[in-house]
Amino acid sequence: MRSYRPAQWAWRACWLAAGLVAVGFLVVFFAAPAVNLVAQGFTDENGRPTLSVMVQTFASARTWRIIRFTIGQATLGTLICLLLGLFGAHLLYRVSWPGRTIVRGLVSVPFVLPTVVVGVAFRTLLAANGRLGFLGLDGSWQAITAALVFFNYSVVVRTVGSTWAQLDPRRADAARALGAGPVRVWCTVTLPALAPAIASAAAVVFLFCASAFGVVLVLGGTRYSTLETEIYTQTVEFLDLPAASTLAIVQLALTGTCLFLSGRAQQRLQRSLGNASPGPLKFSGRRDGLPVAVTAAVILVLLMAPILTLVERSFQLGDAWSLANYRALMATGDDSGMATSVWQTLVNSLTTAVWATMLAVGLGAVVALLLSRRPRSRWGRAGLSIGDAAFMLPLGVSAVTVGFGFLITLDRPPLDLRSSAVLVPIAQAMVAIPLVIRVLLPAVRGIDPRQREAAAALGAAPWRVLGTVDLPVLARGLGLAVGFAFSTSLGEFGATSFLARPDHMTLPVAIGRLISRPGEANYGMAMASSVLLAAMTVIVMSIAERLRPPEVTSW
Amino acid sequence: MVRRIGEGGQAGLSVQDLTVRYLPGGPAAVDGVSLDVAPGRLIALLGASGSGKSSLLRAVAGLVTPQSGRVLWDGEDVTGVPVHRRGFGLMFQDGQLFPHRDVAGNVGYALTGMPRARRRARVAELLELVGMAGFEKRAVQEISGGQAQRVALARALAAKPRLLLLDEPLSSLDKALRSRLAADIRAMVRSTATTTIHVTHDQDEAFAVADLVGVMEAGRLVQLDTPSELWNHPADEAVVELLGQGPVVAAEQMALWFGVRVEGPVALPVGSLLVESGVAGPGQIRVEVASSRLVRGRTEVEVRLPDGRLAAATGGGGMDRAEFVDLMVDAKALVHVGPRY
Repeated sequence: MRSYRPAQWAWRACWLAAGLVAVGFLVVFFAAPAVNLVAQGFTDENGRPTLSVMVQTFASARTWRIIRFTIGQATLGTLICLLLGLFGAHLLYRVSWPGRTIVRGLVSVPFVLPTVVVGVAFRTLLAANGRLGFLGLDGSWQAITAALVFFNYSVVVRTVGSTWAQLDPRRADAARALGAGPVRVWCTVTLPALAPAIASAAAVVFLFCASAFGVVLVLGGTRYSTLETEIYTQTVEFLDLPAASTLAIVQLALTGTCLFLSGRAQQRLQRSLGNASPGPLKFSGRRDGLPVAVTAAVILVLLMAPILTLVERSFQLGDAWSLANYRALMATGDDSGMATSVWQTLVNSLTTAVWATMLAVGLGAVVALLLSRRPRSRWGRAGLSIGDAAFMLPLGVSAVTVGFGFLITLDRPPLDLRSSAVLVPIAQAMVAIPLVIRVLLPAVRGIDPRQREAAAALGAAPWRVLGTVDLPVLARGLGLAVGFAFSTSLGEFGATSFLARPDHMTLPVAIGRLISRPGEANYGMAMASSVLLAAMTVIVMSIAERLRPPEVTSW
Repeated sequence: MVRRIGEGGQAGLSVQDLTVRYLPGGPAAVDGVSLDVAPGRLIALLGASGSGKSSLLRAVAGLVTPQSGRVLWDGEDVTGVPVHRRGFGLMFQDGQLFPHRDVAGNVGYALTGMPRARRRARVAELLELVGMAGFEKRAVQEISGGQAQRVALARALAAKPRLLLLDEPLSSLDKALRSRLAADIRAMVRSTATTTIHVTHDQDEAFAVADLVGVMEAGRLVQLDTPSELWNHPADEAVVELLGQGPVVAAEQMALWFGVRVEGPVALPVGSLLVESGVAGPGQIRVEVASSRLVRGRTEVEVRLPDGRLAAATGGGGMDRAEFVDLMVDAKALVHVGPRY
């Protein structure tokens, strides 16, 4: 009798090897930096364990002010997003009217814009000579809040809206038939059904607000800083690594809590929405008047004004229309301290993004395939559920922490990558991998296991089952995954600003550099490069969105 | 063709003392089942949901590893052989066609290593066999449920399986289509002389397709017989209930109520109890009518037997409004329950 054992072991060994590569990558480029970062906060200069750094940091009033500002800012931003977003969700997902799809697309643009670009856009809008300069908000905390709302508005609209669209309208009808007025129906039927989606959106928005870096750095200047910008300032300007470490630990705790709460809310999302597939409501002036007014104001003032002003001003020099800002991109700028031209940084950005995308999508695809297995043994199942959580972790950890961790960990043997050009793509891939997995995994997990059984019963060996059942499904999500990874990498600012060498900057880092220098020419170049970067991101994402398979919903 | 039979004896499929547990120490989904299927035979496994019939099929296919017992083909132990090397075809309740391949791509899936022209010819031939000629280029989402099952059958037959396993292949279809396709399946499988196990919970389907019908209950194979033997000699009350043969009545009670002498308990299927419209006489009892309904143009009443159980009775006129009717029994239609004497 022939033995089939060797073939089965070889197949299992392949999966094990793939798993080890993926886990190895996570350990070297995520776990090790994170652990090292935490350890830094608890050791003194001589490497002895101590609490003194912690005590010193927490004794300082500045630390508490920054923590208060981070949490307060994020809370306020989240609340405003929810308030405005609920009107938008109703109007864009529950009610049907011509042009709805276009407006939905318009609203989702800000979310994919690079943070630095948004910072520059808001500064341009609110500057003394800007379109809304009369408000006197330049350099204020209100400007930061507005920019955070700009970013995250679409998260609320999409998350709550997609749930709202599936809501069985007969529930509200039932309540109305029992004598409830519109307000009571909304409070007792609609709101409870939406609550899990609202909670989930709130947790995600809070997370994004609390870990916003580029926007705060550009808009807050030296007056306002959050944990993220403070970690950066302590590291880059004061060279106080222990203090930065303690702040990073606080940041880790904050985002960890958020991620946990968001996961809890997601679980509650499983609540039944009723089983009808309802059509959208017809537009009614009386009911939808307020949502229309609010949403129109949000779109015009909050979403369109900054972008349009940025585009307009990028074509002006002094008071005259000119392409000078764009022409200046070929040079290094006025005293900007840049070793290369902006065009060169654009080329750097694109090459870096290509490498980061290949790494993130390649590794993400392997991980998605691994996590979609259904092993029969108990050990296999345990490993799977750990892996599931482990690869989502980087999503909750801020980019600044990743960059900072790399900086203090990968600068000495056994792995000295300080002067290596691979550091930036790897860091960007680390930021993008959770997104890639979130796109690919649901599709592969959605494959009916009997499809694989049917293929096997037809005589297909395991590798052929993988190639003919799993890979075609994976491939459909690949376009969106590549788009996400590429645009994330293209706009990545937090981690890259720690790691990019002056002679090999990326475009977002160059913009950050330009805007922090005085001089009209530098500012003009910052605006022109921002427009360039925004245009590229939007193009990449709109191509990717077209390739979106129906199973994948974002956030 | 000369079959070489291994030391296990039996040609065709032989399942020996097979036990399947999904959790170690948990309840057995398949409990010590032994079963032989001779080459070319078509057997149906009949059972309620949860009776273990699908688990048995999956263990035979190699999708589930049994805790104990062996699966043999022509006397050779195949228990450790992976699914794709067993040469057993499998067809699911909902077909499980590959959505990203067209009809021809699905049917030709198993035909690897065949020159393209021959493959195309073979696919056409198989589609012809299942009555789907000319559907090669159609997307599988475009065809109906019944057509999808035909394509799934063609796909399973393409691999020329030594044994074909059908897991509730008609359950997702409506009734009319089901009976037509059941007859077609029998004809198609017959024409290819493929040894087949057909799992179903529908007795009409089982009786329509199979040479032999096996009844599963709580993981055990309680009876394996030809359809007529199974109908006339169900092994126990559970089989009677599965076949819908009415209440089981002890011999003494039959003598007491109807004055009929029977050996051992009998079941009272539809047709065994007749409503007598004439004068009451010996061998008749008066019973209460619980409800009445029209079945294919004939009135069928549900009556309450003296011990309170319900049974169906037919015949007689004007009984749909009566509160009480007189019953007599047709001894030839009675079904003897229990091991044959």
